[in-house]
Amino acid sequence: MIRIENLSKSFTLHNQGGAVIPVMTGVALTVSAGECVGLTGQSGAGKSTLMRMVYGNYLTAGGRLVVGDTDVASAEPRQIIALRRHTLGYVSQFLRVVPRVPTLDVVAEPLLALGTPATEARGRAASLLKRLNIPDRLWALSPTTFSGGEQQRVNIARGFAHAYPALLLDEPTASLDAANREVVLTLIEEAKARGAAILGIFHDEGARARVCDRLVDVTGFTPKAAA
Amino acid sequence: MTVMGKVVATEQPLLKVEGLTKRYGPRIGCADVSFDLWPGEVLGIVGESGSGKSTLLSCLAGHQRADLGRVSYDGRDVLAMSETERRRLSRTDWAYVHQNPRDGLRMGVSAGGNVGERLMAVGARHYGEIRGKALDWLGRVEIAADRVDDRPSAFSGGMQQRLQIARNLVTSPRLVCMDEPTGGLDVSVQARLLDLLRGLVRDLGLSVIIVTHDLAVVRLLAHRLMVMKSGRVVEQGLTDQVLDDPQHAYTQLLVSSVLQV
Amino acid sequence: MTEHLAAGAYNFAYLDEQTKRMIRRAILKGIAVPGYQVPFASREMPMPYGWGTGGVQVTAACLVPEDRLKVIDQGADDTTNAVSIRRFFQRTAGVAVTEATGQATVIQTRHRIPESALKQGQILVYQVPIPEPLRFLEPRETETRKMHELEEYGLMHVKLYEDIARHGQIATSYAYPVRVEGRYVMDPSPIPKFDNPKLSGNPAIQLFGAGREQRIYALPPWTQAVSLDFDDHPFETSKAPHDCDLCGAKDSYLDEVITDDQGGRMFVCSDTDYCAGRRARGMKGRLWAPEPEGAA
Repeated sequence: MIRIENLSKSFTLHNQGGAVIPVMTGVALTVSAGECVGLTGQSGAGKSTLMRMVYGNYLTAGGRLVVGDTDVASAEPRQIIALRRHTLGYVSQFLRVVPRVPTLDVVAEPLLALGTPATEARGRAASLLKRLNIPDRLWALSPTTFSGGEQQRVNIARGFAHAYPALLLDEPTASLDAANREVVLTLIEEAKARGAAILGIFHDEGARARVCDRLVDVTGFTPKAAA
Repeated sequence: MTVMGKVVATEQPLLKVEGLTKRYGPRIGCADVSFDLWPGEVLGIVGESGSGKSTLLSCLAGHQRADLGRVSYDGRDVLAMSETERRRLSRTDWAYVHQNPRDGLRMGVSAGGNVGERLMAVGARHYGEIRGKALDWLGRVEIAADRVDDRPSAFSGGMQQRLQIARNLVTSPRLVCMDEPTGGLDVSVQARLLDLLRGLVRDLGLSVIIVTHDLAVVRLLAHRLMVMKSGRVVEQGLTDQVLDDPQHAYTQLLVSSVLQV
Repeated sequence: MTEHLAAGAYNFAYLDEQTKRMIRRAILKGIAVPGYQVPFASREMPMPYGWGTGGVQVTAACLVPEDRLKVIDQGADDTTNAVSIRRFFQRTAGVAVTEATGQATVIQTRHRIPESALKQGQILVYQVPIPEPLRFLEPRETETRKMHELEEYGLMHVKLYEDIARHGQIATSYAYPVRVEGRYVMDPSPIPKFDNPKLSGNPAIQLFGAGREQRIYALPPWTQAVSLDFDDHPFETSKAPHDCDLCGAKDSYLDEVITDDQGGRMFVCSDTDYCAGRRARGMKGRLWAPEPEGAA
């Protein structure tokens, strides 16, 4: 489902004399349907950078990065938009929403964007919020005022609203209590069971051991010159 | 309501702009601008004042005549169109939301009359139906039905802007140009407007070009982003990609200059 | 037409021949393009703007010595404006004058169409204060011309919409806009909308002159002029719900006349010739009392 070959990435800092900083080179990995691959490596080794490249959020400097039938490295923006809408979900560590929009609609939005009828989309959103223990008195409020843990759970609900064939999870269990951590891990297992290919970053070793089928250490992709 | 799904599958861009150039004497308004806009897509154009954003928008909307280049809308050459045809399009298929609602509304005409005007311009002649549609649209932009006979001069800035949007969208246009639609509004009002615009884009499958200098607005609203400087496009791509991994020196400066909240 | 009344007097009908030719060209163009506002080089007339300078110039350009002229102001032959314009042409053109609608060949009018049906061969000249029907909502002249050119007339209905929204019905009661032969929207001058149906299919030539605004437009005989309306709020004429208190007419447009400071009032035909004609034929209204013989 996700296939990465010889991928590289560098940043050019024009405002600092045009310094070019190579950050990754020779990245190669695959994630099959129904499989969960965990990225490991020290903080700053490039786990999040790699995830963002897969999502099309960061440009690639070279190589191939195929999700489904789309080569993200060379795709037109609108192909990536379509990919994100139908195929590739992303649970980041930050919730970015239009202020004032009710939580229920924030979670339902990926489904609405796919043309799901509003009542059905909201029903799915409600059941996810319930599972993630967001009290229903909060559903009509904007999540911008929620605590960090609540925002994280809203973010997860949003990421799991549509059954994406491929999912990127950046620290999905961070800042969650034991009960909610269990819910998230179950959601991940269910996604795997329905055939989703998952690429994730888990600092939580127990979670990693439970859901990941394989681990890939990104330190191996760090360019020698910069090391 | 599978507009968006269908939309992505269409193989023709709604708007195709190639090498558009507009000069004011020796000065460049905008130069060599090219892009495609697909159905259902929101394109943000950012850049500082004088970067050519508004010139570009007004050339596209036919308010100004471009010196060079090609613009084709739905396969038709816009710059070669007769004025009759272009004005007909701008009353039906196109919409233009001005930064200042006073420029886009008739201040001496009631809210209902403002919304109904485009319907009457295309031949609607049933008062009850016109009024029904006007009320429907006032509801969609969250203006209370009992304000339908009030003039926009009695409305707040945010309400005026929402009324302008209703007035523009009532004929179900396919292409909407917006020039700083949230400029001059309170932050809370802005948020409400952004939410409204997002919903309308999603439900109606609109293609939108939104010119702004507010990066937060484009991040939430635009699928794609075009960065302009001195009349030229210096960078374009997916909105979050351009904002999070900017390639051009000017974009990097622009992004790093935004105050963090 | 070059004959002079007396040595040193004015040219026939006041205006010089070149000016009349210029105005006739504008009239012919107006007749060729019904409802279209033709610009013309309006002259200074020996009367203030607003007193019918446009109508007077059109009348002057139409008159021939054989004509018989009638001038009315709000339907009446005996009001100041009507009397002075009639006398103006008596002195400068020496034409015959009449108060009888049926006898006149040229009728200059302010704000009315005579009640009696006009005939082929007659010319009705309207005095027009504001020729542009779109100005109420679009003050830019460049824009209104463009709107006429491109037939963008939605705005006219916005005005009617506003009427209904505010008053529950189309409250515009005079200067009610018409669409001429499905093309130009035209301001019929401030005639009551009661008169609008008479604009359409009229056998007479109808000419409209706006002196200050320098525009002439026309409805040739038998031209269709449709009053704008909505499907669910159709155009309706209106008049005071009374009969004429002098001649008893039920079908004529009425003026309300205050008769004392005790709330006394009466309704009389605004068309004085029509009213007098009916009375001469013996028809009487509620308050008609013939003046006694020999009364001053």
